[in-house]
Amino acid sequence: MGMDSLIGGTIWSEYSQKVTDSMNNPVHKGEITQEQADAMGAKLIVADFGAESCGDAVRLYWAVDPETDIILDAKFKSFGCGTAIASSNTMVELCIGKTVDEAVKITNIDVENAMRDTPDVPAVPPQKMHCSVMAYDVIKKAAALYKGVDMASFENEIIVCECARVSLSTLREVIRLNDLTTVEQITDYTKAGAFCKSCIRPGGHEAKDIYLVDLLEEYEKEKMAKAADASASGIAIDFAQMTVVQKLKAVDKVIDTNIRQMLIMDGGDMEILDIKENGAHFDIYIRYLGACSGCASSSTGTLYAIENILRQKLDENIRVLPI
Amino acid sequence: MRVYLDNNATTIVDPYVFGAMEPYFVQKYGNPNSLHEFASETHPAIKQAMEKIYAGIHAPKEDSVVITSCATESNNWVLKSIYFQYILTGRKNHIILSEVEHPSIIATAKFIESMGCRVTYLPINHEGLIDPQSVRDNITDKTALVSVMWVNNETGAIFPVEEIGNICAEHKVLFHTDAVQAIGKLPVDVQSFNVDYLTMSAHKFHGPKGVGALYMKKGKELLPLLHGGSQMGGYRSGTLNVPGIIGMGKAMEQAVDALDFEMSDVRQMRDEFEDELLKIPDTFVVTPREKRAANTILISFRGIEGESMLWDLNREGVAASTGSACASEDLESNPVMEAIGAEADLAHTAVRFSLSRYTTQEELDYTLEVVKRAVVRLRGISSSYAYAPEGYKSGH
Repeated sequence: MGMDSLIGGTIWSEYSQKVTDSMNNPVHKGEITQEQADAMGAKLIVADFGAESCGDAVRLYWAVDPETDIILDAKFKSFGCGTAIASSNTMVELCIGKTVDEAVKITNIDVENAMRDTPDVPAVPPQKMHCSVMAYDVIKKAAALYKGVDMASFENEIIVCECARVSLSTLREVIRLNDLTTVEQITDYTKAGAFCKSCIRPGGHEAKDIYLVDLLEEYEKEKMAKAADASASGIAIDFAQMTVVQKLKAVDKVIDTNIRQMLIMDGGDMEILDIKENGAHFDIYIRYLGACSGCASSSTGTLYAIENILRQKLDENIRVLPI
Repeated sequence: MRVYLDNNATTIVDPYVFGAMEPYFVQKYGNPNSLHEFASETHPAIKQAMEKIYAGIHAPKEDSVVITSCATESNNWVLKSIYFQYILTGRKNHIILSEVEHPSIIATAKFIESMGCRVTYLPINHEGLIDPQSVRDNITDKTALVSVMWVNNETGAIFPVEEIGNICAEHKVLFHTDAVQAIGKLPVDVQSFNVDYLTMSAHKFHGPKGVGALYMKKGKELLPLLHGGSQMGGYRSGTLNVPGIIGMGKAMEQAVDALDFEMSDVRQMRDEFEDELLKIPDTFVVTPREKRAANTILISFRGIEGESMLWDLNREGVAASTGSACASEDLESNPVMEAIGAEADLAHTAVRFSLSRYTTQEELDYTLEVVKRAVVRLRGISSSYAYAPEGYKSGH
């Protein structure tokens, strides 16, 4: 939150001058006809991306020199908001003079950068970043048409956040390396989810195959399965990595095999009430039963013995707190 | 030239309203609930304002018109109190709304839905209208409340609240209507049909922002949403917004006085303006104008995304809207257009012009020229009107 998010913004005032100028006068708007392409000795490529029903559609025209693969001229037509029109215009500007292979490497981030007035101030507000994505997609479509290949062949990665161009493999890796558990953390580490927010969870303005919340869930399940496998196969897994239920079971097991017998012989017993993580410590709350409750040693000798055994067997940061 | 055609979002404060409020900031600033002259000197104007608000909707004295901070508060109040009084106690389990209610109804309904209330969202038809029969079809003996707005803010469509109110009375179900867009545009008489709760907002009829009201019928009182020092009869605590109440009273009086003008002169200007807009090829209006409030036009320009249109209009000083102003930051298409089931290609092309009694013919003539220029320029950029080589099939 904070003041800026409290009053909301007027998105247009966050557009760079270049975005504004490009919208007011998109110099590369227009068409290339077959005759014009023929006159240049070029191959005409016409590529569409998006749909008016989705709110954004762009048609890209390329006149490509078949000898050199150089894009001699390019034009666009666009159905979309100011950012979509400005992005398309800038994308076309970046295409002209490049070879098709070079053009395919232009991303929406390059387009956004080219629209900045100063290098470190974004050209558009975060929620409008998405409008530049289509300018990138349509290039791939045009290149695919030119080369007679499938569009997917230019994308060797699955992109989850299109605005920040973060791939599925990068996200999976970053989540695991840093043990991330929240969307905010993912955004801090990768910028994924910082812009139009469609990739965070279902319900955004664009449906996705996989969302950031799915990746978190996937990792969470993976951790849990790993822990379950480990405990099933008898491998001692790190106490700190256990789920609450596993911790409880582990503590109970240690008490059963090492402590309870001792207490029962004195006519007492104990039960575990709760386990809480408290900073670096694991606080285990217990209650003495029978003869143990009220016994002088229960808060001194016996307690230290219980605590020591648990520390030895499970984790040195365990503290035992009788209630 | 600057032209304001976004009067369904908010309106200019009537200078007489401003004049009525002015003494209550610096000269007469007492807290009306205190015991001294500073307090009591505010009372006559508050009383007068309340009488004007009551008169404006023909509310009998024994009913309550509680002043709130805005229509959003009034709408939240109704739904949340119904939840506390009927749903949480298990007496009822269901409410009915239209699917195109204001976000302050929809979002509150989603909230109480998450707390276990069943909510039915009634669809609107291809003309943006509601069939009262659909209310009857969905009422059960566990339905606590029906809430249907009087006039839709996007299309201006007038919903059949009288028929719906009668159906509710028949089934002994409470009926609320959000009349924010109706005050000053239609005659509003709470005694002429069955209505238990009615929401108003001053800034939609040339009053100040930050003041709304909720009409509650006698015997149908809600639980307070704001507890505190028992102002407004304990129904809505908080120091009285003295200038706001006075402003709302004056604005209500002016709106009622101007109703004939709104329904004849504003309507005629609107109709002529709409005729001219519809002469532009490939333009569409969904709700028939005789079923709309006198001031509103929601029109689609094929091939032009709504925000682009606003951009070009704004460059030449014309203010319009693509939908609910509260949602202007989000990229969704117009929810009403989607609900109407408009042709998918048109869902992002709707622009709303909303007039007021301050709109002049000169402003509309100017706007028409601006719109025509924008349509030529933006269709010149639009892929919907682009060249495609022979045999070329657009594929996505």
